[in-house]
Amino acid sequence: MNRKISVEINGQVVDGLVEPRLLLADFIRDNASLTGTHLGCEHGVCGACTVQLDGRPVRSCLLFAVQANGRRIATVEGMAPSATTLHPLQQAFHESHALQCGFCTPGILMTMEAFLREEPDPTPERIRSALAGNLCRCTGYQNIITAVRLAADRLQQTRA
Amino acid sequence: MKPAQFEYDDPQTLDEALELLARHGDDCKVLAGGQSLVPLMNFRLARPGRLIDINGVASLSHITSESGRLVIGAMTRHVELERSTEVARQSPLLTEAIGWVGHSQIRSRGTIGGSVAHADPAAELPAALAALDATFHMRSKQGARVLGWKQFFVSEFTTALAPDELVTAVQVPDQDPSTGTAFVEYARRHGDFALGGAAVTIKLGRDGRCENATIALLSAGPAPVRAEAAEKQLRGARIDESSIHAASVEAVKGLHPTTDLHGSTEYRVGLLQTMTERALTKAAERARSMTG
Repeated sequence: MNRKISVEINGQVVDGLVEPRLLLADFIRDNASLTGTHLGCEHGVCGACTVQLDGRPVRSCLLFAVQANGRRIATVEGMAPSATTLHPLQQAFHESHALQCGFCTPGILMTMEAFLREEPDPTPERIRSALAGNLCRCTGYQNIITAVRLAADRLQQTRA
Repeated sequence: MKPAQFEYDDPQTLDEALELLARHGDDCKVLAGGQSLVPLMNFRLARPGRLIDINGVASLSHITSESGRLVIGAMTRHVELERSTEVARQSPLLTEAIGWVGHSQIRSRGTIGGSVAHADPAAELPAALAALDATFHMRSKQGARVLGWKQFFVSEFTTALAPDELVTAVQVPDQDPSTGTAFVEYARRHGDFALGGAAVTIKLGRDGRCENATIALLSAGPAPVRAEAAEKQLRGARIDESSIHAASVEAVKGLHPTTDLHGSTEYRVGLLQTMTERALTKAAERARSMTG
C-alpha cells in the first residue's frame, strides 16, 4: 500500500505518495528531481549515493523513502551557499583537481562534509580512512585527500 | 537492482512490534539498520512479503550499565557504540571491533541487534561478543528468554531466534580491569568483510601468569568459533612469544574455512593463525600495561 510521506530535503519539504519499496535515492532523484545524488552499485558498496540523514552520512540506496518521513535530508545541491559561490569543500575539490568524471563526487562531498564537522583537523591517514566507503575510479584519491585537507585549513580559518 | 514489493509496518512500541511478529512471523523480516537486509532485497536474493521496521521503537536504543554489566539495546547504532565512553571503558574490545565494521555511512545506520540477528560468520560483532561471553535477550509475545552466544549463533546466517522473536538487547559481562583485549582482522579493502580475524581477551594474575583467556575467530566456520583448546593451553601459562605462538597453532587445529575466490582453505587457516597470534600479542601487552 502506498504511503504519504513528507521529507525535508535541503530545507524544502517534499511530499510524495510512494510504494514502501521505493529507495530514498530514487525518491530524491525522481520525486524531488535532485539528480546530484548518483546511484552506482545499489547495494551499499560504492558510496556514490551518500546523503546526510539528520546530519549523518548514509547510503540512500539502503534506506527506503518511507523511512525518511519527517526526517531531514541534505544532498549535494544544498551545499553551495549561493548560485555563484561554492562551499569551501567544493571550491577545494575544484582547485585541487579532485575529480575527473565526477560521478563519485557528490557522495564524497556529503561524506567529507560530515567528517570535517566531526574532525576539523584530520591527518591524511584519517582522511583516507574516512574516504574508505566511497569509490572513485578516476583520480587515484591523492587529489581528493589534498582537497579535503585544503578545505579543512580554510574551514578552520573561517571559524577562528 | 530494486527490491520486490512488500507490505510495510513501522510499529512505534515493542508491544506493537511483537504483535506484528506474532501475526506475520513466517512471511516477514525485521528491518533494523538495513545495511545487510536491503542489499539482499535490492538483489532480490531476499523477497520478504512484509517488513516490520523497528527503527521507530525508541525503547530498543540504549546503552546502560546494570550492576557492572553492560546492556546494549538492539537498535543501538554502530556509531553510538563506537563513540560511547561507557563502552570504551567497560568493553574496549567492542569499541575496537566496531571500527572494523563497514564504513562511516554503514555505521550511521547499522545496529548491534541487526548484526547479531543476521549472523554473518565474517562479521565483527558476533565474534567480539563470543570472546566476551555475551548473552542475548530475546522477546516474543509469548515471553522473554536469554541465550548465551553459543546457543544463539546456530550456523551461517542462522540464529536460535524463532520467527516471532526479536532480539531486544545484548548483555556483556563485567570485565576485570586487569584484562587486556584485542581485535584484529584482515580484509582486502578496509570495510570489507574479513577473510579472517580474531577477538581475544587475556586476564593476567599478579604473578604475570595467564588467569583466563578467550579466543574467538571470525570467518573461521559457519558461526563464531571459540578456540577452547588454545584457551585452556594459555590458562596458567606464562605469556610470552612462544606460548602465544603455540596457542595460535592450537587455535586453528581442525578448522576448515571454505575455499572461495578470495582465498583457499590453507590460506585462510594460515591467516587465522597469524591474526590469533597478533591479537594475543596485543592483548597481552595491554594486560601488562594495566597490571603495571
